[in-house]
Amino acid sequence: MVLTLAFRNLFHDRIRLVVTLVGILFSIVLVAVQLGLYLGARKMIVGMIDNARVELWITAFGAKSFEESGSLNGGERYIALSVPGVASVEPLVAAFNEWRKPAGGTALSVVVGTDLAEGSLKPWNLVAGNDADLFGPDAVIVDRTYLKELGITGLGDAAQIDVMRVKVVAMTEGIRSFTTAPYVFMTLDRARQVQGMTGNQTTFLLVKLEPGADRDTVQKALAARLPDVEVLTTETFRQRSLAHWLFSTGAGVALIGGAFLGTLVGTVIVAQTLYSSTKDHLNEFATLRALGSSAGYIHRVILLQAALSAAIGYGLGMTLALAIIEASKNTALPIIMTPGLAVGLLVLTVFMCAISALAAIMKVTRIDPAMVFAR
Amino acid sequence: MSARTILEARGIVKELGHGAGKVLALKGVDITLHAGELTLLMGPSGSGKTTLLSIMGCILAPTAGSLSILGEPTENLDPEGLADLRRRHIGFVFQSYNLFPTLSALENVRLGLDVRGIRGAAAAAEARAALVAVGLEHRLRNYPRNLSGGEQQRVAIARALAGSPALLLADEPTAALDADNGQNVMALLSDLARDKSRAILAVTHDHRTLPHADRIVHIEDGRIVGEERQTPERRARATGRAKEKA
Repeated sequence: MVLTLAFRNLFHDRIRLVVTLVGILFSIVLVAVQLGLYLGARKMIVGMIDNARVELWITAFGAKSFEESGSLNGGERYIALSVPGVASVEPLVAAFNEWRKPAGGTALSVVVGTDLAEGSLKPWNLVAGNDADLFGPDAVIVDRTYLKELGITGLGDAAQIDVMRVKVVAMTEGIRSFTTAPYVFMTLDRARQVQGMTGNQTTFLLVKLEPGADRDTVQKALAARLPDVEVLTTETFRQRSLAHWLFSTGAGVALIGGAFLGTLVGTVIVAQTLYSSTKDHLNEFATLRALGSSAGYIHRVILLQAALSAAIGYGLGMTLALAIIEASKNTALPIIMTPGLAVGLLVLTVFMCAISALAAIMKVTRIDPAMVFAR
Repeated sequence: MSARTILEARGIVKELGHGAGKVLALKGVDITLHAGELTLLMGPSGSGKTTLLSIMGCILAPTAGSLSILGEPTENLDPEGLADLRRRHIGFVFQSYNLFPTLSALENVRLGLDVRGIRGAAAAAEARAALVAVGLEHRLRNYPRNLSGGEQQRVAIARALAGSPALLLADEPTAALDADNGQNVMALLSDLARDKSRAILAVTHDHRTLPHADRIVHIEDGRIVGEERQTPERRARATGRAKEKA
């Protein structure tokens, strides 16, 4: 009967129920979108680093992220190759450049020059052409999402990076850039040319280890042999990139702050409606108390009301959030929903509703059953 | 053989309010309720009827004096302990019925049983039986808004009866009813009081209820000032007076 009473109390006043559900829905959608954007941003920031699938990164001192790093003279590669445990050392160029659209105008892009032979970081998710086409003259690979941004329509279109002609020979799907500057893949040599790098100059050296080699030992050995550069584990470089883009720029704080505000607003709305519902049913709760119900029995009614609100609100909120996420799939800033986030949102909703029930419970705890005789 | 004692109150004193507003609502009340009796507690407004009812119902704690229900003393019980006592031994009928508007008649009675820890099929059967006992077998699925005042009070009586409490306390059970429904409800309470395992006390100032009582206790200014037992002659006189007043 506790469930029946909670259900009826909740559905008795439809307008209040709608207000409660809108509050929860608004909160869920806001938190889901904010945290989904945060996860999407994280994925974009570390996309290149994760896809390189190497254990160590040799960078110039103070490299902030994949897109923002100084250059190496390239001689480090040969020193690194002589360190025990190192299987390969692969140069990689990454830097902001100006993309000149064929119809005029420019866009900021990030040139990514990879060693296609070694292939630690090749373009992935190819949906047109293939990466071997990069060996062709002027060849570049771009992501389909950014065609409009780059002022082109598809394969075969030509443009310029600085003064160099480039031609799109293949396209990827879903390689997004947090900076909104599209990644433009090309061969290592062409990237060096674009960047005006000479000889073996590069942005990064990607280190793969021999099977069984201890990463930390190799890292220390490399750092000792290369005192003028930084030797970072992939995890350290990931964290540094995330810290730079999410927290140094304030973008992450804004997203997390938005999620926090969403939770707060949802909690306040649910608390307010539960409290007013409890006040409206105060005489009924006093009657229950007079009939001999324990305080716990009444608390269960209120908590079940909160749980029912949470379940319905979560269902509606997630439906809307998933629709928004689906709509954002092909945008420059996709929102991500993971099973972990979905479960986290459910826990958050239940927690939010339980906290909201506290005020109502405190009100009903002070109830005087003698009030049933005062009517 | 004397009837079983259901409730015994001795020297009940109750102070209400604080400071300058303090009022001595009960000034040393002794009362005993026996099984198989319908007792009416009568008195003018402000005489302490409802306060005494609240204390006998273990809803208010007395300032002084002792109270026991079926031999269980109530002193030193905290609010949860008093609630437990109510749950096990006491049923209430309220002036305004206090039914749950979102629950049907059957569900209202089942809720009373649920509070007493009786659930499932047993609760459904007992709730139905209680409603049949008060003549509402045709109104099981009706909500309070679809029931007349008399029917609502019957549902409240069924709810109070379900779980077979030894003590049934009714606060002005006929006050919100018309003459016919009031008579029917009192007749029902009178019938229910024939059960030798149960005592019923009804607070009232409605003289139409007198013919149904086995015993009438008068309270004034916080004190019991008189008590009369109904004999067939008195009952007949009371019926006549009730008709005159009606």
